[in-house]
Amino acid sequence: MRLGQRFYLVEVVSGLALTARHFFGNMGRHIAHSLGRTDARGAVTIQYPEERRPYSPRLRSLHRLVRREDGSPRCVACMMCETVCPARCIYIVAGEHPNPEIEKVCDEFTIDLGKCVFCGFCVEACPEDAIRMDTGILEFSSFSRTGMIYTRDVLLSLEPAGPDGRPTSAVPIPADRTP
Amino acid sequence: MTATIADLGIAFGRVAFVMLFVLNLGGLLTWVERKQSAIMQDRIGANRASILGLRLFGLFHPLADAIKMLTKEDFYPARADRFLFTLAPFVSVFFALVAFASIPFGDVLWIGGREVPLQAVTLNVGILYVFAMLSLGVYGVMMAGWASANNYALLGGQRAAALMLTAEIAIGASIIGVVMWYGSLDMMDIVRGQGELIGGWLPQWGIVTQPLAFILFLTAGIAATKRIPFDTPEGESEIIGYFVEYSGMKFGMFAMADFLETVVIAGMTITLFLGGWQVPYLGRDGFHFPGGLALGLPHLAVVGLQISAFVLKVLVMIWFLMLIRWTLPRFRYDQAMRLGWLALFPLSILNVVLTALLLLLVRP
Repeated sequence: MRLGQRFYLVEVVSGLALTARHFFGNMGRHIAHSLGRTDARGAVTIQYPEERRPYSPRLRSLHRLVRREDGSPRCVACMMCETVCPARCIYIVAGEHPNPEIEKVCDEFTIDLGKCVFCGFCVEACPEDAIRMDTGILEFSSFSRTGMIYTRDVLLSLEPAGPDGRPTSAVPIPADRTP
Repeated sequence: MTATIADLGIAFGRVAFVMLFVLNLGGLLTWVERKQSAIMQDRIGANRASILGLRLFGLFHPLADAIKMLTKEDFYPARADRFLFTLAPFVSVFFALVAFASIPFGDVLWIGGREVPLQAVTLNVGILYVFAMLSLGVYGVMMAGWASANNYALLGGQRAAALMLTAEIAIGASIIGVVMWYGSLDMMDIVRGQGELIGGWLPQWGIVTQPLAFILFLTAGIAATKRIPFDTPEGESEIIGYFVEYSGMKFGMFAMADFLETVVIAGMTITLFLGGWQVPYLGRDGFHFPGGLALGLPHLAVVGLQISAFVLKVLVMIWFLMLIRWTLPRFRYDQAMRLGWLALFPLSILNVVLTALLLLLVRP
């Protein structure tokens, strides 16, 4: 240590000056904010449930199944996503589509989000662009494992996130989750 | 008979003012600490506790804390000494609370021909009383360390004792200069002495006449509060400290005692070095500015000004102590000891010698 540092006092005062500057600067910005200058922010805190950081458009969030114009899933039950899934969390049961032009459709399309690793391979593998991860929904949680299993109808009902990245559809609450 | 009842009422009023002031301020300090540290660190701080949607900048958090502390399990370690274990937090808080009693918060108040000195207890050895109470507070900590039957708690208690010894000796030695200069152990006399002017314009506050003692006293005083940068008795990252076995409100009382000691140290610092209740140039009948300008004030206005000056100074001093607590990293145990014994104590003695020389020259 230099002599000045051994003496403590100089370093202590310079440290106090730094923190005091932050204190008064932030205090001034807080006061300006409460007086109507909304661009002045005294803290970098994002108050999470009310405020959110803007999400990237590339964010991989909760999956959704894309619908055709008649409302049926675009999925043709080719099993590509089920095959590529490294976590093996997708379970598809194929069925007949009422429209003869379309060969197959998924009767069941279940994702176990407790296993999902959010790699996005299913989205890339899909030849029909039937599964996407653009809902912007991140807050899915459950008190049990079964609550993490999302079925076809739930996934079909979800909408893509808005241009700001915020979810436009409500967070699907699993059956066993009491808020 | 009526006279005695009035006297009792006045005595009760003096004690109640100090008691409520210190207790409420101590409780409020948890909020101050959270908010001030947050603002210093570009954060917002605790603001979620609400009553009927009313948040008031997180002012309900101390209340929520108290409810949480009171409803937690009151745990006793299997091999603890139950009596001492229970007694320890009470000892800690009690001595921290009563230490403020002889700190004056205003000059005399005249009510119905009675002269009421504005301090809870009029003691002509006020300084010694405060230090006695502050030193006794460490018994609570040592008791906690011993009675917990936990090696870490014992280490914490031992460190607290060592630190308190270091701090108290440095404090005691550093205020000798103040006592010599103002010629009294009575805090009221010391504050009155600080109202005099040097050269007709500079108030003779302790920080002017005893700058070295001010720095030494402040450093040792922070050590006496057992808070960062001198939190070796707690040492959260190494031994957790003397309250490692405590839970619930008993733990809360230890935390409370730290805050109360902060208030006491702030009160002591401003009383000895920053003029106590003195407002610059304010005499008993109004302002007398240098240069002959005078402004007469009624008695009650003068007393009100003095009390608000005292409260304001205490608040600013507490702000400063918090600023130090949230700025500096903590001293290691041996560093704290070295600072206390090899820096603070010899410098305090040097200060005594310098003051004696100065007094010899100035006041033959």
